Amino acid sequence: MKYSESEIHELKKIAATLRGDLIEMIPPGKVGHLGGSSSIMDVVAALYFKHMKVFKDPKDPKRDRCIFSKGHSVLAQYAAFVELGYVSHDDLHKVKTLDGTLQGHPDMDHTPGIEAVTGSLGQGLSVSLGMALGLRLDGSDSRVFCVVGDGEMNEGQIWEAAMAGAAYKADNLVAIIDFNGVQATDVSEKVMPVGQVGEKWKSFGWNVIEIDGHNMIEILDALDAAKACKGKPTAIIAHTVKGKGFTFAEGKAAYHNAALTESEYKEAQELVKKMKEDA
Amino acid sequence: MSEVVKMSMRKAYGEALVELGRENKKIVALEADLGKSTMSNMFGAEFPERYFQMGIAEANMISAAAGLALTGHIAFASTFAVFASGRPYDQIRSSVAIARLNVKICGSSAGLSDFGDGKTHQSVDDIAIMSVLPNMSVLSPADYWETKKMVKAMADIQGPCYIRVSRADAPVITDESDEFIFGKVRQMRDGKDAVVYATGFMVYQALEAAKKLEQEGIDVRVINVNTIKPLDTDGIIAAAKGMKAAVTVEEASIIGGMGSAVCDTLIAGPSETRIKTLKMGIIDRFGTSAQKYEELLAEYNLTPDDIVKKVKEALK
Repeated sequence: MKYSESEIHELKKIAATLRGDLIEMIPPGKVGHLGGSSSIMDVVAALYFKHMKVFKDPKDPKRDRCIFSKGHSVLAQYAAFVELGYVSHDDLHKVKTLDGTLQGHPDMDHTPGIEAVTGSLGQGLSVSLGMALGLRLDGSDSRVFCVVGDGEMNEGQIWEAAMAGAAYKADNLVAIIDFNGVQATDVSEKVMPVGQVGEKWKSFGWNVIEIDGHNMIEILDALDAAKACKGKPTAIIAHTVKGKGFTFAEGKAAYHNAALTESEYKEAQELVKKMKEDA
Repeated sequence: MSEVVKMSMRKAYGEALVELGRENKKIVALEADLGKSTMSNMFGAEFPERYFQMGIAEANMISAAAGLALTGHIAFASTFAVFASGRPYDQIRSSVAIARLNVKICGSSAGLSDFGDGKTHQSVDDIAIMSVLPNMSVLSPADYWETKKMVKAMADIQGPCYIRVSRADAPVITDESDEFIFGKVRQMRDGKDAVVYATGFMVYQALEAAKKLEQEGIDVRVINVNTIKPLDTDGIIAAAKGMKAAVTVEEASIIGGMGSAVCDTLIAGPSETRIKTLKMGIIDRFGTSAQKYEELLAEYNLTPDDIVKKVKEALK
């Protein structure tokens, strides 16, 4: 096994901590994107705390880049930034406020660690591709990871980027699809079925890896396999559960962007506590 | 009549890109299967590794240009003006303008200059929709030399820029040695009766109109509004001083364009320059196919004779 039990254990603990940070950002009554932020949290833990080249200075030119094309789930990144020291714990309480550093959607001007402006869905993968091409042009070995929503694949621009990514053999680009099956208003199958997702990416010329997006070993193995793949970009289709970890919210569109009640908030805190113990 | 020398503004664009590419390794260019028309392919021929053919996918081209800018490059993205402005509007807005990135967008075959292709390919709205974007600079060259100098200047301007380039071979009305100053209007001809603010190909039309008016004893000052945004409000007001009336003329919708910006400026300025101002442009209408560019300019009332009439009307 490539990763030791203690490494996996450590990452699981970090993921639990990040879910705790997430809850801190949305105290009772404050609306936030709980569902899509928690579905991608295990991937975020694996990226920022194991796989990616990450430095104390969030602008270090040698860093790998992570872009959330599904920008509404940026709370997951903010949680990682707190643990990396890019923003303070206090900043978490000021998310989406006038004097805060953490905007409702990713904004590189406001938040150290954010790489682009995203959130208008469909654009982040193209931005990531441009970064990947720019880094390659400069002879950099930094890589670009782009988190794409499964609902976001409704956007035509995703497929423009898929076509171009393969055409340019951008093997320093990895798209991670947070396949939680639920969009803003309903389950994806009802909103707009995307069909055979793996086949689609494969037919566009991408290296495709399907994983359980909550299994830390599978996540790390997929990221390593993406790194080893030359001549084409990789799409990791991470099958996830929307609201993962917060049982009352799991798989429900109602928690895509919602405010928790007092009792839900307490329950969420208890669940995080248990996650940390079980990790 | 003196001989009119015409030169291609598109060629000026391509040549300027190549010169920039030689001077600065950080210059990259992207196209969307129209590089032959925009002449950005001249850059591609010399710097293939820095030239990105993105296919007929303008949204992806603009966002990818943002990504290239985010890795420290100065990215020139070119296509027809309609496909460089309205079509990828939200990509320009979200990926580029909010982040103030060094993405330089060339809207080629602008205005009515793509005369044969008709309404889908003629940009009447690009000035308005680019101007409304915070952080965006909007440039509109009048001829070959001005195009060349503007494109070179764009590389040094921090943040996003839009340049509108005509498909027409435009009469050369500036000199190679003239300086282009970003954000400053340029007086092309002095006069004491009325001022005509013009932009792009319309600067030549205004100069022709001024000659005709001179024969009738009307002395017109012609101002080339080559930077539409940020607008040189001081220069606009200064040019209206002592004038009895003003006319604005642009090859674009009169709604939200250069003329609107000039009117906003004059009305908010000192009382002595709050003069009668009439706008000329495309009157809330799409384009249409024609056999010649000149036919379209006549159809849309943008000829020197139309400007003559409008100046007289303003002076009434």
